[in-house]
Amino acid sequence: MIPIKTIEDTALRLMEKAAIEIPQDYLDGLRAAAKTEDGDLSSFVLQAMLDNYEAAKEDRRAMCGDTGVPRWFVKMGNDARIEGGMIALEAALRGATATATQSVPLRPNRVHPLWRTDHNNNVGIGAPEIEYGFEPEGDWVDLITVHKGGLFGTDYRMLFPSDGIEGIKRFYLDSLVAFGKRGLACQPAIIGIGLGGSKDTCMVLGKRASVLRTVGSRNSDPRIAALEDELKELGNSIGMGAMGFVGKNMVIDCNIEVGYCHTGGMQMSVHAFCLSSRRSVARLYPDGRVEYRTDPDWFTPYQRRDSVDWAPETEAAE
Amino acid sequence: MKPREITLSTTPTDADLAQLRLGDIVYLDGLMYTAREGVYMRALEDKANIPMELPAQSAANFHCSPAATIRPDGSFDMGAVTATASFRFAKWLPEWIAKTGAKLIVGKGGMSSKDYKEYFVPNGAIYLSTVGYGTGALLGRGVENVEAVHWNEELGLAQAMWVIRCKRMGPFIVASDLQGNCLFERENAKISERIAAVYEGTRPATLKRYGETDDRTDEVIG
Ligand code: SF4
Repeated sequence: MIPIKTIEDTALRLMEKAAIEIPQDYLDGLRAAAKTEDGDLSSFVLQAMLDNYEAAKEDRRAMCGDTGVPRWFVKMGNDARIEGGMIALEAALRGATATATQSVPLRPNRVHPLWRTDHNNNVGIGAPEIEYGFEPEGDWVDLITVHKGGLFGTDYRMLFPSDGIEGIKRFYLDSLVAFGKRGLACQPAIIGIGLGGSKDTCMVLGKRASVLRTVGSRNSDPRIAALEDELKELGNSIGMGAMGFVGKNMVIDCNIEVGYCHTGGMQMSVHAFCLSSRRSVARLYPDGRVEYRTDPDWFTPYQRRDSVDWAPETEAAE
Repeated sequence: MKPREITLSTTPTDADLAQLRLGDIVYLDGLMYTAREGVYMRALEDKANIPMELPAQSAANFHCSPAATIRPDGSFDMGAVTATASFRFAKWLPEWIAKTGAKLIVGKGGMSSKDYKEYFVPNGAIYLSTVGYGTGALLGRGVENVEAVHWNEELGLAQAMWVIRCKRMGPFIVASDLQGNCLFERENAKISERIAAVYEGTRPATLKRYGETDDRTDEVIG
């Protein structure tokens, strides 16, 4: 049984780490980008961002004043048990979100869509979102918080099989250029692309591709992995950099996730995880151990359901 | 070539502003206030009295909601500070600038050169953009003191009017000049020249969106 107190304490710590510490994979990606950047203004911007991450860590202050919309992903091994059950876990995550808003502090971003009511704690109707995934083995629970920013940079389009890869590239470029101008998407970003599913799941796939996969990760399908490389390259050849200034770096990495869709369609969504690519993860065990990391490691074979007859026993027998 | 770095007062003279060039990097000293849709609506539509002497105390309007809280003892804890996209405030800015004498509009993403020419230039105002735009921790370091928070009860923390004492707060980047030239449009034009080549081999979507254009010099703002 995983103690609820451990969940409460860890969730609060995760909120703080996400807001303050840029994940190493994104930092390495941005450093590599800064080395190749030769646009005067774009270079200045990238250097300022690198200084900013240092300042945030040194001062223990949020890296960006827009601290995004905190949300949670919970992944559990099939044998994990939570003290107080899932309702207690959800209460702990809501509580940690509210507490961290005061203690870090975070910007109280969450308001009612119509009445603009603000509880000053990032908690409200449906907020923070809490989503779940499960793994066939394990007695642990992974808590993942993502503080995605950005009102811009995300788009959806219904494409069709006849649009092909060329159509995918067109919509990808359209999204990057539209939101890249003036740097509205706060690029260079981790671009997540969802392909297939239906409209809502396509958005979920793309969002998760951007926020739950790391820079340098590749899809398990080698042909999709090759497309990820190709689209990263394509985005970086637009000639646009940080803030929409002339430059070479729009995309720190491009991650694609797919889901089976209606035979007539090819849904596509594009998401940009900005210069503040904030995520933070911890694995909690029943014996009270807590291991912190920044790779959500969400897209396991089980999450992708990448074989029809997938079952733990058959995998073990192989 | 590295951009020039300049320190500027938040109550600048016309001469101070005249020397600025697009792309210069600016650090600010003096008082700056935050004002966005909440403050604009309250001051301009509801005609509430603005609780500061403007522009004597400050001619710098920051489009920002800080990551900050008010402690139980009434003091402030301000962590990171980041601008929000300004184009959404074009509806109120002409009246605001005329009424308050603001010379520096500080935000994210700038406005169009049409906006600059119509109501920035006649009022001798320019636009400063934050850098990145995620440099909230660096900007937070430039906050020497939070002097006041006005209209918190009426508008909430995110929309309230925060009065910040800046000490070499920055970096900001000069995005418009006294002639109304626009840095982002200049950069867009350079990028647009080459953009057709990147699109080569791509295919327009089979199902069009109503009103869609393929003009790649278009922007999504304004
Ligand atoms: S998009 Fe990201 S970097 Fe930009 S202001 Fe929002 S949170 Fe900050």
